[in-house]
Amino acid sequence: MNGEAAIVATGLTRRFGRLTAVDAVDLAIPRAGIYGFLGPNGSGKSTTIRMLCGLLEPSAGSVRVLGHEVPRDAEQLRRRLGYMTQRFSLWDDLTVSENLEFMARIFGLGRDQRRRRIAELAAEYDLDGVMRQRAGTMSGGQRQRLALAAATLHRPELLLLDEPTSAVDPQSRRDFWESLFRLVGAGTTILVSTHYMDEAERCHRLAILAEGRLVAEGAPRRLMQDIPAAVVEIEADDTAAARAALHDDGRVRSIAQLGTRLHALLDPDTPEPGAHVARRLAHAGVVAQVHEVAASLEDVFVAATGFRHGPLEPATRH
Amino acid sequence: MFERIAAVMVKEVRQLARDRLTFGMIVGIPLMQMLLFGYAINFDVRNLRAAVVDDAGTSLSRAYVAALEASGVVGFAAPSAGVPQLRQRMQAGEISVGVHIPPDFERRVLERSRPAAQLLVDGSEPMVDSVARGLAAVPVPRRDGVYDRAAPVLELRTEYNPERRTAVQIVPALIGVILNMTMVIFTAAAIVRERERGNLELLITTPIRSAELMAGKLLPYVGIGLVQVTLVLTVGSALFDVPVNGSLLDLYLAALLFIAATLTLGLVISTFARTQFQAFQLAFFTMLPSILLSGFMFPFDGMPEAARWLAQVLPLTHFNDLVRGIVLRAAPLGDLGRPALKLLVFLLVALAIATLRFRKRLD
Repeated sequence: MNGEAAIVATGLTRRFGRLTAVDAVDLAIPRAGIYGFLGPNGSGKSTTIRMLCGLLEPSAGSVRVLGHEVPRDAEQLRRRLGYMTQRFSLWDDLTVSENLEFMARIFGLGRDQRRRRIAELAAEYDLDGVMRQRAGTMSGGQRQRLALAAATLHRPELLLLDEPTSAVDPQSRRDFWESLFRLVGAGTTILVSTHYMDEAERCHRLAILAEGRLVAEGAPRRLMQDIPAAVVEIEADDTAAARAALHDDGRVRSIAQLGTRLHALLDPDTPEPGAHVARRLAHAGVVAQVHEVAASLEDVFVAATGFRHGPLEPATRH
Repeated sequence: MFERIAAVMVKEVRQLARDRLTFGMIVGIPLMQMLLFGYAINFDVRNLRAAVVDDAGTSLSRAYVAALEASGVVGFAAPSAGVPQLRQRMQAGEISVGVHIPPDFERRVLERSRPAAQLLVDGSEPMVDSVARGLAAVPVPRRDGVYDRAAPVLELRTEYNPERRTAVQIVPALIGVILNMTMVIFTAAAIVRERERGNLELLITTPIRSAELMAGKLLPYVGIGLVQVTLVLTVGSALFDVPVNGSLLDLYLAALLFIAATLTLGLVISTFARTQFQAFQLAFFTMLPSILLSGFMFPFDGMPEAARWLAQVLPLTHFNDLVRGIVLRAAPLGDLGRPALKLLVFLLVALAIATLRFRKRLD
């Protein structure tokens, strides 16, 4: 299968001085799908993407992108790869059409081809009305659509998107993801980093990164099914008391608050985890409703990242 | 390749045309400097405060003093009793020029073997000296056939400053100073700005090569540099009567070489600076020695050896040699091989450094 993968990385590592930003990450990203990087800020998502497109040199490990060794053969990849930076990187003082025109020329599109493609993209990304507007005066959503249009001008086989939706409203985010699915439908491979759970859940496959390490990988549904923990949902009026009652329980690995509810992750081999939690709460005199529930992606994320680094450690492990 | 360079050039020119501040400074810096330096030069030919010690007291000596005053260069205050008092007044800053007419003035005028009178000049003020030299050429008023002395009457002694400088040298040399300032600062800032704003991160992942990107960004500034040269020459000629004695073509060729050298210096600076502010600081760091050591303001020969060596590294030094040679001494560029060659060497070395340091990568 590796021969078919769009991106293969082995032991990918990047150090900045004494800080290891990316630590021995192995990846095999299949073609024609959306692959997500999920992780908090500083987890190494951007650094990994930058190494994959040849912007940064790995300190150790190797990367093959679309069959090319990176960074050695990065230049041969340029025409087949589209990249959208975390920050808006087109020119604020140029208009939408000037920005697209410039990028199209850089990618070597001929005059007619350029005109056709820009018209196509303007329609696709709803930029027709703002073609003469300077990029700096546009809304976050418009700028993001412009950036995506610029990144896909040359019809790249692989699209790398570094937190593309961090500066836009929910409606724009939804529209943006619709666009991504259209691109995937046309055969594009997309790698996208995010810290939104709902976005991560839309990906075909997902890698969860924490402190530079790959801590979980797989299809989101699969990850939720295979979560190495029992999930118990607690509805209590006094969530702080419930938290306190479970805090030093040896089987409870983490507690996270979701609105008025708490999600407790317990050792997977706990017999009857719901009853276990209910007993503890009753013992502490906390009035609560307790259910065993299926894991959400958030639980997967907490299980993958919080177990080792969460606030409960090491208090829960004596 | 040319398509991509052209694309970058079009983009740069568009951005430049929209950036009113930068655009204004491209024209504003030359104009401001021309007016500042130009009028400072003109200032010195009018009404220098002077005092006279007339030990002769004859009608000829009085006529001579009147002739000096009529030149408009000096305005005489109350006369002094003697040379020591004259010096004292100069030291106090009361006067800039003192004239001492000795008791045997008439005989000296007739004998012609010795200077007839003495001019004391305050050399602590940079421009006074050259003006006073013009004063020395004022002849003694003729008196039918007797005093037709053509040789200068005065012996010139510049106190506090033995150097002699001509003011006209300033304006042609301003071409270099202005180009140096604009080319280095604006190119360094233009490149660093793209890094700072993240544009470079995007450009690196496109097929454009570093050399194409640099060429596209720098070429518009060559045009700007030539416009500035023309501006300085035109204003210099219109306002300050500075002639171009040599070949205009040679002058523009020399300017092109200098523009290339300073653009490359800006490029080198841009590879060291992380922010636009750092780029400005580094640019000024190179500007100050350029202005002080290049011979623009202070005579090169008077500098200590270490400073002269340092000046050899500055492109402005060699361009000043070229521009003064062409504009004032009407020397053909072919005869100015040494400074031209040194400028070329600077260009090549800086280009090598910039190429080695500018990588198409972020780290």
